[in-house]
Amino acid sequence: MELFLQQLINGIVQGSIYALIALGYTMVYGVLRLINFAHGDVFMVGAFVGFYVAAAFKISEPSLGALFLVMTSAMFAAAILGILIERFAYRPVRKFSRLTSLITAIGVSLLLEYLAQFFFGATPKSFPTVLEIKNINITSNVTISNDSILIVVVSILLMLMLNVIVFKTKLGKAMRAVSFNLDVAKLMGINTDFVISFTFALGSALAAAAGILYSVHFTKIDPLMGLLTGLKAFVAAVLGGIGNITGAVLGGLLLGIAEIMVSAYISSSYKDVFAFMILILVLIVKPAGLLGSAAQEKV
Amino acid sequence: MATLLRILGWLGASILIVTILESILKTLKNYQIMGSDIITDYGLNIICLMGISISLAVSLQLINGYTGQFSLGHAGFMAIGGYVSAFTTKSLLTGSGDERGFISTLIIYVIALSIGAFASAMAGLLVGIPSLRLKGDYLAIVTLGFGEIIRLVIENIETVGGPRGYIGIPKFPNWQWLSTSAFSGTFSSMSWIFLFAILTVIVVHNIVKSSFGRSLIAIRENEIAAEAMGIDTAFYKVAAFTISAALAGFAGGLYAHLYGQLVPTTFNFVRSVEIIIMIVFGGMGSITGAILGAIVLTGLPEWLRLMAGLKADWMPGWMIKTFTYLPELRMIIYSSLLIITMLVRPQGILGQYEFSLTRFLNRFKTKTESKANSEEKKP
Repeated sequence: MELFLQQLINGIVQGSIYALIALGYTMVYGVLRLINFAHGDVFMVGAFVGFYVAAAFKISEPSLGALFLVMTSAMFAAAILGILIERFAYRPVRKFSRLTSLITAIGVSLLLEYLAQFFFGATPKSFPTVLEIKNINITSNVTISNDSILIVVVSILLMLMLNVIVFKTKLGKAMRAVSFNLDVAKLMGINTDFVISFTFALGSALAAAAGILYSVHFTKIDPLMGLLTGLKAFVAAVLGGIGNITGAVLGGLLLGIAEIMVSAYISSSYKDVFAFMILILVLIVKPAGLLGSAAQEKV
Repeated sequence: MATLLRILGWLGASILIVTILESILKTLKNYQIMGSDIITDYGLNIICLMGISISLAVSLQLINGYTGQFSLGHAGFMAIGGYVSAFTTKSLLTGSGDERGFISTLIIYVIALSIGAFASAMAGLLVGIPSLRLKGDYLAIVTLGFGEIIRLVIENIETVGGPRGYIGIPKFPNWQWLSTSAFSGTFSSMSWIFLFAILTVIVVHNIVKSSFGRSLIAIRENEIAAEAMGIDTAFYKVAAFTISAALAGFAGGLYAHLYGQLVPTTFNFVRSVEIIIMIVFGGMGSITGAILGAIVLTGLPEWLRLMAGLKADWMPGWMIKTFTYLPELRMIIYSSLLIITMLVRPQGILGQYEFSLTRFLNRFKTKTESKANSEEKKP
């Protein structure tokens, strides 16, 4: 029972990171019907921006202020990167078929990965300690570290903020309108290009935040870290129902918990296989995901 | 009977062509022009890789280019074919090569490669089934997932080396059919590879030109309309996946026996994307385009390496320095090429253009002759 509780905590921590990344996938898919393959790499770029900001400000003492500085600068840089990617790669191909956009997205993803390998080096770097890690004992055998608490708390805060933006502001209303029907939204006088840019900025900022939290927790960053994590976050988005914000959070948490349980009770070498199995099963059995609604194809 | 004879004729002609080609290339290796080798061992190796890439790209064209189903898991099929055939040859080929004789060795290789292709076809069947319910980007993601599962499962099988790789796979035997001081006739890995590349092109070409292929193209153009016209879309989609996977599996087997070793990470997602780049760059829905893409993109690293060593008096210092970085930039150039192709010419360099020998030859005939020809063909 105690082992289970410990694994559950680990799973929720892992799941929160997946959920933050999955939100970006789901929002972009919602407005553009595009799987933004480059999203996982925006997550990676966010972590590297944090690394270099920490180096530039010579952060040696772990403090909450340092963490805040690193995280906000990474989020800001990633938001700009997201806008640039949308402007120069996705917008020009939007008029072509969806497959063209998908291939472009794969291209952007590879470009970011290999540019990062070229400029940052392929070897893993150790992330500076911006947070002093303490373990808190809940019972004698169940511990939770303060960075785990931080991950969960920051994730929840960011998700609440996103919720306010999407459901309480005018821009959020515009986003929902674009996601409902892009052409009609345009006819209603919504500046769709701006809304799409904003969606990319928002999603990318969340991915960068996840990148920093991930780096604080796992302490190692490398240019290919976004590949598998990004794919799994995408699995989470599909699991929850792509295009659905609550679904992305739910999917992320479920995937994180399931993955940790598989590595704890079955075998850690099969946890990646398991994630992809979930993806295939969901898509075959219920392609709309847990909370998504199936779209009818109009002829 | 006539069909069988025609097939045998094609096969014989292909064997003859590839054997002569390989022999010429290998003989050229002994000669030099102005102190530098015409062709090196490394160059021969690149040419072999080009042959494998051609098979992979042309077989992927069947799913992506002609049926319009976006598959991102071709490296997985290649891995299955490679591992299964390598395991088969390793179990069957025991003892030294001299005791066996050419024909029995040949038969073992053909059987092993066919088993690999069959296993891969079964995997293709398995992947093809979800394609009945999914389209577009969802299908892409599922095939990606399948490809990764195949790789991760292989990494967990200790009999084939797990993550360290599978080593000691018997390479293709070097069969010498002529040996003089000036010219040596050989039939080895390169002949195998190009023979199969030619067969792949013939198979895919004949499929596309048949009523089967027209059904595939109908599905690509409009699936609902195709179904309304009475095409069994489910059957055709799964069949396309199966055939394409079998061809990719065979190519994987050739790859395994060319190098004598396999490492699971070579069959990751990036490998599948490399094959996609070949057909996207060359032109979706064109065999000629796939061949062009395979040759250009497999040759690209070699060309970059040549550029890196380039030095001339007129070149400023920064230019030479930039050029030395070129080999490292290979994947950056690949991905930029993919994005630029999509932005500028989404249908690829050749689009759906297909090279035709008849049309090419007709161009040299006089106008009246070709006119008479075209009138003759009219019913």
